[in-house]
Amino acid sequence: MTYIVKPQLHHPTLTKNKVGYTRRDYEGRISTLCAGCGHDSISAAIIQACWELDIEPHRVAKLSGIGCSSKTPDYFLGASHGFNTVHGRMPSVMTGANLANRELLYLGVSGDGDSASIGLGQFANAMRRGVNMAYIVENNGVYGLTKGQFSATADRGSKSKKGAINSDSAVDLVGIALQLGATYVARSFSGDKAQLVPLIKGALAHGGAAFIDVLSPCVTFNNHAGSTKSFDYVRQHNEAVSRIDFITTKSEITAEYAAGEVIEVQQHDGSMLRLRKLKDDYDPTDRLAAMNYMQSHAARGEVVTGLLYVDPLATDLHLSMNTMEVPLASLGPQELCPGKAALDKINASFR
Amino acid sequence: MTQPIQATNDFVIKFANVNGSGSASANELFAKAVIRMGVPVAPRNIFPSNIQGLPTWYEARICEKGYSGRRGGVDMMVAMNPQTWDADVAEIEPGGYLLYDSTRPIPPSKFRADIQVIGVPLTEISNTAYTDPRQRQLFKNIIYVGVLSVLLDMDASVFEKLFAEQYKGKERLLDSNVQALNLGRDYAKRHLKHPLGIRVQRADNVGDQILVDGNSAIALGCVYGGATVAAWYPITPSSSVAEAFQKYCEKLRVDPATGRNKFAIVQAEDELASIGMVIGAGWNGARAFTATSGPGISLMQEFIGLAHFAEIPCTIIDVQRGGPSTGMPTRTQQSDVLLCAYASHGDTKHILLFPQDPHECFEFGATALDLADRLQTPIFVMTDLDIGMNQRLCKPFEWDEARAYDRGKVMSAEDLEAGKDFGRYKDVDGDGVPWRTLPGTHPTKGAFFTRGTTRDAYARYSERGPDYVYNMERLLKKFATAAKIVPQPVVKKAAKDTRYGVIYYGSTTPAMQEALDVLEADGGHFDSMRLRAFPFPESVHRFILEHDLVFLVEQNRDAQLRSLIINELEIDPARVMPVLHYDGTPITARFIVRAIAKAVREREKPATAKEAA
Ligand SMILES: Cc1ncc(C[n+]2csc(CCOP(=O)(O)OP(=O)(O)O)c2C)c(N)n1
Ligand code: SF4
Ligand SMILES: [Mg+2]
Repeated sequence: MTYIVKPQLHHPTLTKNKVGYTRRDYEGRISTLCAGCGHDSISAAIIQACWELDIEPHRVAKLSGIGCSSKTPDYFLGASHGFNTVHGRMPSVMTGANLANRELLYLGVSGDGDSASIGLGQFANAMRRGVNMAYIVENNGVYGLTKGQFSATADRGSKSKKGAINSDSAVDLVGIALQLGATYVARSFSGDKAQLVPLIKGALAHGGAAFIDVLSPCVTFNNHAGSTKSFDYVRQHNEAVSRIDFITTKSEITAEYAAGEVIEVQQHDGSMLRLRKLKDDYDPTDRLAAMNYMQSHAARGEVVTGLLYVDPLATDLHLSMNTMEVPLASLGPQELCPGKAALDKINASFR
Repeated sequence: MTQPIQATNDFVIKFANVNGSGSASANELFAKAVIRMGVPVAPRNIFPSNIQGLPTWYEARICEKGYSGRRGGVDMMVAMNPQTWDADVAEIEPGGYLLYDSTRPIPPSKFRADIQVIGVPLTEISNTAYTDPRQRQLFKNIIYVGVLSVLLDMDASVFEKLFAEQYKGKERLLDSNVQALNLGRDYAKRHLKHPLGIRVQRADNVGDQILVDGNSAIALGCVYGGATVAAWYPITPSSSVAEAFQKYCEKLRVDPATGRNKFAIVQAEDELASIGMVIGAGWNGARAFTATSGPGISLMQEFIGLAHFAEIPCTIIDVQRGGPSTGMPTRTQQSDVLLCAYASHGDTKHILLFPQDPHECFEFGATALDLADRLQTPIFVMTDLDIGMNQRLCKPFEWDEARAYDRGKVMSAEDLEAGKDFGRYKDVDGDGVPWRTLPGTHPTKGAFFTRGTTRDAYARYSERGPDYVYNMERLLKKFATAAKIVPQPVVKKAAKDTRYGVIYYGSTTPAMQEALDVLEADGGHFDSMRLRAFPFPESVHRFILEHDLVFLVEQNRDAQLRSLIINELEIDPARVMPVLHYDGTPITARFIVRAIAKAVREREKPATAKEAA
């Protein structure tokens, strides 16, 4: 069947994608976050990415922890099942959910408090295991929901709204994800939708552990002078190393960039990432180099964004566990119960 | 001089070994040989929390009548550990027997005059026959089993048959084991007075029973019950549940066509992650379980509350050990009852199952998975170290080929398509159990947001008082439904009408059954009730009210199950008298008989005095 692009007679949100959904079908309830909160922009980017990717909303399972950021799955993909778990422990719930049904797409949304403070251990271990997921941290350097205390990603020396200076060094989730074997690692900014949407698309299409650290200013508690997670600070220090375009099939590639500047990466599901290098000295397929680059630029106060690392040959937890092709949750007694004859043999072995 | 103990098919033999010396399989061989002679044995491992070099004991109660509770006392000690010699020798009953390695002389002051001492140069025999150091060590154990077989008048053929089964296709190992056994047998026949006053005689009291540990049994129950996801973090005494699950899955759950696994087992980073994974899998429609012990349950509290309140099926196997804190990690107790019954903050109550032996561990493993799906809530299977890590003779496992999995109330895409109203937290059937949908079921209908925060019947966030109260009342109704469908108590009436009752549960069972027989033989009559689950059905209330006094026998200091009964059934505490054993060793019939007989005597004293006056 050929798909005929209909003329855009309506508002763009009413245009249908290849699976027959309008952009509005990817929305959720009305957000209850503060007006201007970075998190709402990320929700909008997720909606855009899923719509553009032609994902049927009910094929996504969205999971989160606790926090303003973790509330957001209620505000997008209203036709998807969501699970607002407990503070800092979403990664384990997502791991179990993924093991039960490998056919769904797993989207995790968390905060910096949720993933870097209380949940650092679970974050790290989910990356280690290579759970096939897109894991987004909406990073504002504070606990928004409990009214602005520093989180573990707050930079040393940054100032709280009440004037306190943070003396602890910051947890770098990107660095941890890189070190522990995440196979798709990116950083972005809630204020840069053009960069963020393709990054989310790439993460959803990735066949392993994909992590995006999204700087997402808290307008209420961490958007003042002296904060390193404010809109102004991030805009001024943002150093994009790459720009990605996400393309569904290889055939769509057209030579748009001068040779040498562009890297094409074919992902697990056949989709292509066309990566335009913005920095000559940056190679996003070299993990060690990426780690080095991140460290040295962070030391200079730069916020490096873009697709930082991708391993197109990523594998996932199901591969290491050699599980069935079909969801484990779909198996019944026929497939699972060894039956009476086998039990009689087992009984005999205990006599 | 003290008379040597005379007993046929009714004695306790204890092996004092050094951990890691390979004694475990030799001791098990001995136990199995007794069983093959038709005589029931109840073996128990006693081991400290370390791996190598430190003491470990194996205590086997040989009992033709089939009592499998710990008896207490030792009639024969096989003392293979110089480190624990003094205590081991002291433990022998007067007139009992001591078998020891006499290769190196032991000063006479180290023995007792009131026991029979049997020295065998085990090390010397082994070192003469073998050159390899590992073989010398291993076969020394088989040699003492050979010596015992002669001393206790056991048939060599039974051992040879066991060897033949164990080493089928490994002829070299078979021959060398038979040889080692005969080294011991020959020495005993030539040098020792045999048989002893204690001995094993062929009987027919084993029937088709199997000898298996509770942890293996429960793991197998989870295989049969359809668990596909297991997540765990190692902790004694529960680790072997997950290990056995892995072993059985590799044998029974690999798709023959593709070689792919129909299971996923994660050794998680901690117990928080294990329970989180189990909850995630349960939410997504798989049957999932974790196995842990007290410290793990303590860590899981927040998640258990989530599963309770968001109503997600999950199965938690708690192999209890001695608490509090790290407590006695390698000793047994029933001391997590209240921790599990009311786990997590807020008003919560959970379903607990109490298996009595490995047979019921298998049964309840599968039942727990059904109940979890049916009731959409955590189900705790409360075993303990005594059942979990010791082999116990029990009824063979049974599986009804027609048994289906009860997946509970799950709405299908067809239901949703047909326009059925879906309120995730709505009581539509009057049993307090709502319907759920699984992620991915239908493109436009039935999706909802699962959360631990309060919500209305349609899963929409709500802090309205009436919505909250509706939900909390519904959860109570669900709990009442649970009382009707959990395994019901087992009641045994005394031979004569009586004012006294006894309630017990779990691993106390074998000691209790023996105690009841002993009491009855002495004219004491007690109706008994074995609890198999919480919440308690109405019959428990009735049982207590039908008696003037009920003894509640359990293995913890604070009478936890008694508290639960008094609290939940609003019973007058004076009606329920605690009988408590909690030193970490399994409770014995002797202990129970003494405690109950004393209490009855004291209670009846004033009445008797009055009658006399
Ligand atoms: C066990 C536990 N401790 C504390 C809290 C309170 N709490 C709720 S959200 C939160 C911090 C959230 O911070 P973050 O993840 O950065 O989310 P944000 O609100 O900033 O988006 C805390 C401490 C909780 N819900 N659970
Ligand atoms: S408090 Fe901060 S993080 Fe929370 S909603 Fe408001 S702006 Fe966003
Ligand atoms: Mg935050």
